Amino acid sequence: MTKESKQTSGYPRARISPPSGEAFPYRHILGIEGLDPSEIQYVLDRAMAYADGEKGNARLRGLTQINLFFENSTRTQMSFEIAGKRLGADVVNLATSSSSIKKGETIFDTAMTLNAMRPDILVVRHGDAGAVKLLSEKVDCAVINAGDGQHEHPTQALLDALTIIRRRGRLHGQIVAICGDISHSRVGRSNIRLLSALGARVRVVAPPTLLPRDIDRMGVEVFWHMQDGLKDADVVMMLRLQNERMQGAFVPSTKEYYHFFGLTPEKLTVAKPDVLIMHPGPMNRGVEIATSVADDLDRSAIQEQVGNGVAVRMACLDILTRHLQGSTA
Amino acid sequence: MTATAYINARLLDPASGLDESGTLVTENGLIRELGADTAPVKDGAIVDCGGRVLAPGLIDMLSFSPDVKSAAAGGITTAVLAPDQSPVTDNAAMVEHRLKHRPITILPAGAATQGLAGVQIAEIGLMSEAGAVLFTDGRQAVADATVMRRLLEYARAFDALIMQHVEEPSLARDGVAGEGELATRLGLKAIPTEAEVMMLERDAWLVKLTGGRYHAAQITSADAIAAMRMAKENRLAMTCGTAAHYFSLNENAIGDYRTFAKASPPLRDEADRQAVVNGLTDGTIDVICSAHDPRDEEEKRLPFAQAAPGMVGYETMLPLALELYHNGGMDLLSVIKCITARPAEILGLESGRLAAGAPADLVIFDLDKPWRIDVEAFESPTKNSPFDGRPVQGRVWRTVAAGQTVYMRND
Repeated sequence: MTKESKQTSGYPRARISPPSGEAFPYRHILGIEGLDPSEIQYVLDRAMAYADGEKGNARLRGLTQINLFFENSTRTQMSFEIAGKRLGADVVNLATSSSSIKKGETIFDTAMTLNAMRPDILVVRHGDAGAVKLLSEKVDCAVINAGDGQHEHPTQALLDALTIIRRRGRLHGQIVAICGDISHSRVGRSNIRLLSALGARVRVVAPPTLLPRDIDRMGVEVFWHMQDGLKDADVVMMLRLQNERMQGAFVPSTKEYYHFFGLTPEKLTVAKPDVLIMHPGPMNRGVEIATSVADDLDRSAIQEQVGNGVAVRMACLDILTRHLQGSTA
Repeated sequence: MTATAYINARLLDPASGLDESGTLVTENGLIRELGADTAPVKDGAIVDCGGRVLAPGLIDMLSFSPDVKSAAAGGITTAVLAPDQSPVTDNAAMVEHRLKHRPITILPAGAATQGLAGVQIAEIGLMSEAGAVLFTDGRQAVADATVMRRLLEYARAFDALIMQHVEEPSLARDGVAGEGELATRLGLKAIPTEAEVMMLERDAWLVKLTGGRYHAAQITSADAIAAMRMAKENRLAMTCGTAAHYFSLNENAIGDYRTFAKASPPLRDEADRQAVVNGLTDGTIDVICSAHDPRDEEEKRLPFAQAAPGMVGYETMLPLALELYHNGGMDLLSVIKCITARPAEILGLESGRLAAGAPADLVIFDLDKPWRIDVEAFESPTKNSPFDGRPVQGRVWRTVAAGQTVYMRND
């Protein structure tokens, strides 16, 4: 399938012809959907280098990175900020709580205003699915989706993949069980797309109320019980269950959720002995994951995920600004 | 425990279609063997049934008060207890507290929503593990469509059955009688049968959407029976029941503001009553329940609108069900099936059948014996029954639960 046909059939995506002929021919990173395995692998290879300690040589010196978070975030925003700064970019955080967005400005006007300030790269999170793509169509610079509603969170999926590859050596053929609130999770959706694209066997494990309709059509195996979904799993990826979703609307109670879906050492006995435990954070200890599992030094990769997050974001910032690097130094 | 032989019995088992004279032997709370050729035990007790019918102990899918003596007197050996208790059965501890195996089996139904408030899903998984047999909000419908959808979805993970009080509350608001000429003449606020049909049809769509298992607690109207028939033709996982008063009484029973005949859903007109009989006859209605709901005088000696609905049901369920047989409309096995094998099947119980290895839950009754219902002779602590003085045929002689005689009439 050519890139052109992909654009008409699937996810419309701005393309550029990179001067260096790079293997990642896109202006933005808006989602995992639509990326070829080779393109994903290319980003992961760059991220691997940064994770191995490559400094980046201040490649983004003189470039302006704006972190525009319409939704509160601590980890992701900080991760992007550190990534930008490690590469030498001038990083500006726009806090929406004190900005004109709170005063009723539309996303278009915000985009136009920011565009007029001529940033080189925008990192955007928004509570509505599709909002980041909409914004990307109105600006002249590169845009990275840092999470749009329940749609995609591509850098999280990339850092999860990097973590698995660094620990297990490969993704292909790995049985990955994604457990918890699949319905409301952009992390889950991006991971399903990426892991499937790179040949992992993806399972989702959740009560039926937290599984969106036709999720099996995204190429996953669906399980309602942990003992079935975790059987022989190489990787268990827990998703955060937000408090307000545990009060009876989707799940009866925290107690019941932990009993049936909380990741405990007992439930893990059916997984592979060296199963890798992951969580995008922040964790609800005693709700979706037992403390003893989260802090399991041998099996938990939760802290590594945070570190790999910076590496992945450095790679994304690097790749999307290739055509600008050095021109303003 | 020694064996007991019930000899000279007409063995009636709807699950297998058995209807023959013979002997049934129980041992250690289970049925050991049965049949025409079964020899009475040498070492055990012998009960001469005198040609009476011996059937599986009755299984009642809906009751509101665990009056075990009354249930045993009615031939009931397993009763589902609605969660509308004080406190509400909406957590595993209350389920364990209410679950009883002696003298008869009381199977608690868990609340479908927390506090029966209709908003938040109750702890269906934990209650299932504790022994809750189904989930319902009891006297109230789960009104919110999204809540019902999520309930049906969530329950699938535990293969749990959701039971609904089939009445659209926003259409039934303040109503106390079936809508029609009688309610108009009496000046009572009324509930149209559409309230039942709409809720049932809505739920049918949700069952189709979710694949959940659904039981309509009490179906009472021709239109709802037609909707149920359609749902079954469409192979939806839906079953339904009705209470004995919906085929043995019509709305005229509330004439003169008789609060003992006040029920929820309300008694309907004669055409609906006949439709209920037909629904049972053709199998559209799966089970007959007692809807046993004892009320003391303070709750019934009130203006009709203020009086509590509900009636004593345990002790009249069998003779009223047998009217369907004596009136010539249904064969005996089909009638008994509605109060034994079919509810057992829906609830996934071992009981409800006469088979070697099944629990020794039995009812022995005089099939043809004419008598008059006499509320003063009820074991029930309250006497609120509209059937007082009604001539019926068929009377419980002995009830056996887990091999033990839990009720016996001396005559």
